[in-house]
Amino acid sequence: MGLVQVGSPVVHMPRPRRFTRRAWQGYLMLLPSAVILLTFTIWPMIIALYHSLCLQDSAHPVPKFVGLANFGMLFHSHLFWQVMGNTFLFIVATVPVSLVAAMILAVMLNRRYRLTGFFRVALFHPTVLPLVSAASIWLFMYTPDYGLIDKALSAFGGAQLNWLGQPRTAIWAIIIMTIWKQLGYFVIFYLAGLQGIGKDPYEAADVDGASAWTTFWTITVPLLMSTTMFVFTIAMVDAFQLVDQLYVMTQGGPDNGTNMLLFYIYQQSFTYQNTGEASALSVILIAMLIFVAILQNVVDKRVHYES
Amino acid sequence: MALSRWGAVLAGTTALIVLVSGCGSSGSSSGANGSSASDQHVEKLTFDFPVAVAGPVAQDVKDLVNQFNQTHKNIQVSPVFTGDYQTTMTKVQTAAKAGSTPDVAVLQSTDMYSLLDANLILPIDQFATSDSDKQWLTSFYPALMANSTLNGKTYGIPFQRSTLLLYYNKDEFNRAGLDPNSPPTSWDELVKDGKMLTKNGQWGLEIPTSGLTYWEFQPFAIENGQNVVGDAANKVTYDDPKVAQALQFFADLSKKDKIEPTGLLGWTTAPTDFESGKAAMIYHSSGSLTSILKTAKFNVGVAELPGNVQKGSPTGGGNLYVFNTKDSAKEQAAYEFVKWMAQPDNAAKWSIETGYVGSSPAVYETDAMKQYLQKTPQAAAIQQQMQSAAKELGTHDGQEIQSILSTACQQVLTANVTPQQALKDAQQKADQILSKYQN
Repeated sequence: MGLVQVGSPVVHMPRPRRFTRRAWQGYLMLLPSAVILLTFTIWPMIIALYHSLCLQDSAHPVPKFVGLANFGMLFHSHLFWQVMGNTFLFIVATVPVSLVAAMILAVMLNRRYRLTGFFRVALFHPTVLPLVSAASIWLFMYTPDYGLIDKALSAFGGAQLNWLGQPRTAIWAIIIMTIWKQLGYFVIFYLAGLQGIGKDPYEAADVDGASAWTTFWTITVPLLMSTTMFVFTIAMVDAFQLVDQLYVMTQGGPDNGTNMLLFYIYQQSFTYQNTGEASALSVILIAMLIFVAILQNVVDKRVHYES
Repeated sequence: MALSRWGAVLAGTTALIVLVSGCGSSGSSSGANGSSASDQHVEKLTFDFPVAVAGPVAQDVKDLVNQFNQTHKNIQVSPVFTGDYQTTMTKVQTAAKAGSTPDVAVLQSTDMYSLLDANLILPIDQFATSDSDKQWLTSFYPALMANSTLNGKTYGIPFQRSTLLLYYNKDEFNRAGLDPNSPPTSWDELVKDGKMLTKNGQWGLEIPTSGLTYWEFQPFAIENGQNVVGDAANKVTYDDPKVAQALQFFADLSKKDKIEPTGLLGWTTAPTDFESGKAAMIYHSSGSLTSILKTAKFNVGVAELPGNVQKGSPTGGGNLYVFNTKDSAKEQAAYEFVKWMAQPDNAAKWSIETGYVGSSPAVYETDAMKQYLQKTPQAAAIQQQMQSAAKELGTHDGQEIQSILSTACQQVLTANVTPQQALKDAQQKADQILSKYQN
């Protein structure tokens, strides 16, 4: 995990002994973060793992070891698979779209036009809004009949839609809202990434007479790869952590059509007091996040960080 | 690099795991059992209360508590506003697992079973030992007590209880050629009037259906002669044919009769639509009465819900609970507070401010209430509805059992699932959970 490497002592010492004074210093400096990491991350993970193997709910206040029964129950539950399906759809629909759109918008906003500043602010402002208030605003926009979206659709002769009132449209309503909310945040990273690319490759391309499309595709995209990897990780983690807008907009409904993993864990844990099942779900979430991290590490090795 | 990426992922899961694991540690009661109650000793109580309706209601609660503190020198209650019911229940349960509960709290009446399963609350009977107190315990409306008693013991005292009512726009009734003084009293009339009131830009009827759908569906089951729950705390009757028939009628209001918008409607959408003239009739909580009367710019009629084989509506809302703090002086003081809060004068004041149900017939005998009813005749519908009101869906693991029925209703309302199929599945799921409580 890199912890030891960071703490390991100086390279140039002739015969590195294990606990020199400088080494102790290094460990000492790491101590606060190590304690925090252990107390608030590693230890709770172990506890969650333990609880996931116990039967514990309102009827069984004292935890009883049941092995993998919680997982078995989840894998046989229709709702669990519905929740996993929703989570998967949400990730597949938000992450790539946000990434591609953010990159394109960043490239457009990287040039200096008269209104660039205005557009940058406009794009970034959803990020500054608290998610809960943004969700409340969208809740109103999605209201049938007189909500902004239904009004706009009907002006063009579109059909009236109760966006959040039907399972099929509700999840898309949440997806659209989420993309809107996080796009500006990703654009900022891409803008920073673009600033990091020097002028030279573009000038060279210009001399060779490359088209704008070729330049974008063979210079900008590859050189932004490290940014993309970073944004991808953030977007993935965010996608799993989504819960506020569900709480405000749909409560996971209708018919669990927008219930996703983290909200489901919240429900099981705090609303229904099913500690065992909630812990099993947490373990599944942790496993998935670790998988994403490993996957990202593997892909990361193929990405150049120097431009 | 590697560290920071792992860090991001781990940080992502941390908050969650801390929360979940926080539920794990049990035992270790804080118990803060300082000195025993002498005459001079002041019992300090914490009182958790949620607010579920709009308006400056939190301030009204605080005023009531202040009044109590001034008149009871040896008890000091500090009110803690804790958000909505759900949040309050979560807070109490989580705090209990960490070994500290409030001394007294308002929580949903249907949470009684969960509170009992966690051994958090005490029977009120154990404090109400004098004859007058015993009589006081029997003074409340029976419909409210259906959700406050179990096996002959009383665990909750009605405080901010509500029921569903029919709100209708009298001006629109006039315009549609209907008598504004005779709102629909049967399902047939509801559909008939609803059709006459439905026109471009206005729905005849709106019943909120998102979120806690089970509550808005319950009247139809009760009115059709079969509530979804009986006296037992471990049994529901979702798959009864009469319940299925009721659900069919409920869904037909939008799908077949077209007097309601299709899809699910938000809880706050209905009153907003009603007040702005987009819905001519709505079903909503009595707790919304004051704010609807204040906002609507037309003549508002309020009536009990139309019936079918009988009239009926579930009760709802919160009770006062005395918590098991293992400190008998505190528990006794908490009981004093509960008794004081629920006395007719205070209950009347509370009901007038909000539209919550006056918890006993005595409340409607108070001068303040009589005056109020003269000025606001619409509020009489609440008292009327109490005559036919019935138990709200409440069992062990109540919130999960409720959400199963809500989901079944939502399936029927938004997809092509038959009531029979949805309710059969729901019954199966509920039975599975309730089978843990057979003893």
